[in-house]
Amino acid sequence: METLASLAGGFATALSPANLGFAFAGCFLGTAVGVLPGIGPALTVALLLPITFQVPAESAFILFAGVYYGAMYGGSTTSILLNTPGESATIITALEGFKMAKKGRAGPALATAAIGSFVAGTIATLALTFFAPVVVELALMLGPAEYFSLMVIAFTAVSAVLGSSALRGLAMLFLGLILGVVGVDLQTGQPRFTFGVIELLDGIEVTIVAVGLFAVAEALHLATRRKHGEDEILAVSGSLWLSREDWARSWKPWLRGAFLGFPFGAIPAGGSELPTFLSYFMEKRLSRRPEEFGQGAIEGVAGPEAANNAAAAGVLMPMLTLGLPTSVTAAIMLSAFQSYGIQPGPLLFVNQGPLVWGLIASLYVGNLMLLVLNLPLIGLWVRVLRIPQPQLYAGILVFATIGAYGVSNSVIDLIVMYVIGFVGMLMKRYDFPVAPVVIGMILGPLAEQAFRQALTISQGDWTTFVTRPISAAFLVIALLLGVGPTLYRGLARSRPSPA
Amino acid sequence: MRLHPRRGEVAVSLGLVALAALSLWQTTMIPVSPIYARVGPTLFPWIASLGLLVLSLLLLAEALRGGFVGVEPQLSIDWHSLAWVVAGLLANLALIGTLGFVFAAVATFVCVARGFGSGHPLRDALIGAVVSLAAYLGFDRLLGVNIGAGILEGLV
Repeated sequence: METLASLAGGFATALSPANLGFAFAGCFLGTAVGVLPGIGPALTVALLLPITFQVPAESAFILFAGVYYGAMYGGSTTSILLNTPGESATIITALEGFKMAKKGRAGPALATAAIGSFVAGTIATLALTFFAPVVVELALMLGPAEYFSLMVIAFTAVSAVLGSSALRGLAMLFLGLILGVVGVDLQTGQPRFTFGVIELLDGIEVTIVAVGLFAVAEALHLATRRKHGEDEILAVSGSLWLSREDWARSWKPWLRGAFLGFPFGAIPAGGSELPTFLSYFMEKRLSRRPEEFGQGAIEGVAGPEAANNAAAAGVLMPMLTLGLPTSVTAAIMLSAFQSYGIQPGPLLFVNQGPLVWGLIASLYVGNLMLLVLNLPLIGLWVRVLRIPQPQLYAGILVFATIGAYGVSNSVIDLIVMYVIGFVGMLMKRYDFPVAPVVIGMILGPLAEQAFRQALTISQGDWTTFVTRPISAAFLVIALLLGVGPTLYRGLARSRPSPA
Repeated sequence: MRLHPRRGEVAVSLGLVALAALSLWQTTMIPVSPIYARVGPTLFPWIASLGLLVLSLLLLAEALRGGFVGVEPQLSIDWHSLAWVVAGLLANLALIGTLGFVFAAVATFVCVARGFGSGHPLRDALIGAVVSLAAYLGFDRLLGVNIGAGILEGLV
């Protein structure tokens, strides 16, 4: 009951005219950036970080959450009509969705994606509402050693499990950790890795790194491969209404996707790719028409899209209850908490109740707005998709400048961002993942803090991480996550034909 | 099996090794007060730098033994496009401090659009001016974020 009362308070915050405006702006902007290839929610939230100096925390987070959810909806449009998934979580949607669009069924594909996202997003938000307070209770019992080990799980998951190579992922994680060290050490006041440059005492701005790695790097990378061809955009054809048969074939995948997606997003090892893959194979197995898969089966759009959105809501669970971001956008939102001087973690629900519940309530509101924004306004998003590449990337770079220069009006910041952009271009060229850098940079200082607190409490005894049972269990999970896939592959290879 | 080392990948790995070495050198430069000697400000940087060193050496080994695992040979670089985009960024650096955001943005816009194959510099300049002026007004008036006032911005 306490939860319901808090949620009611949250709705009072979220439904104020100003916050409804922020939610709408966020959803609108989020859908637009989700639709546009080359930019995504992480970049957009990073560019919007300066508003944390201007508006109250509730409004800023409602805006960010709208962008985050909106990009999930918009991303499916790009996958279906363009066959270029904006982010890894919508790869699967492209598989069946693009086929449907090619057969003239783009309308139903977009509709099942949008309605499925709404259903799953709402279910996942409900789950977040009722499970988050429970997780907070548990989290309050964790000490610094357990926290550190939990962060090791998150680090392992983003760098070693997702992505094509554990080695490249881990290298990028450590690069991020090093970037996170730059600045004044919070406990001793010693400057570290600053090379005597005063501007570096406060550390490297998240905005500059994120915008450099996403916007500048993407533009430079695409420029290097311009002579290698462009994509074709399919027209929206077919009625946007789902036929009776489409409904019948969609509603179960929506529900299954939601229940698959949320837990994967919610555990600190989550990600939204895995549940979309699982949902796809589950639907293929359960379908009465498995032969349609690969030819444009509507279940193959409905299930993964639902899973993807539920996972996106799930990611907010460790972010809000533990202060543990497992996606790049969540990591940048975490740095926004820090910019307000708010300490993320289990105490967030206690100290910042109205903020957290306002944010959660805004997710219900945002989902509804997105359903309305996406179905009738689909024509608008298709127009956005048709912005020609030269003007699109020119515009992206102009906005990137705003983001970097707006922080402190310093040309040095711009130079740093361009250099990071150049490094990011090389990363894309040689298939290094970007997420571990950003997450390592933002989460690294928090991990270090927990690490040193734990060692201070244990009076320098390193075994504290393995002798405390919960901490030890977390480390074992991290180890299994890290070496599991490699071991499995090794085993599979040593037994070539299990028949 | 490919046995020829790929030059680009070797260079990238060497770059990472160099970064790790730089980071190690900086770690030794952090002054440590004896009170914190046990869990002081250098412990975490040591772990991070040594970690990157080991990983980058492993990457170097992969690159020398025929290329990173799971990475296709890279496509050739379109130097012409890249040069225009880089020129746009440099123009921005040169102009933003003196002429202000809008002029710098227009220069960037035209160069980048050219790099991506646009053949209408005047039209691009116009679009760039509208976009950047709108962005300037949005950030400056609505959010109060100063993004580089110059001559034109003073007039509106």
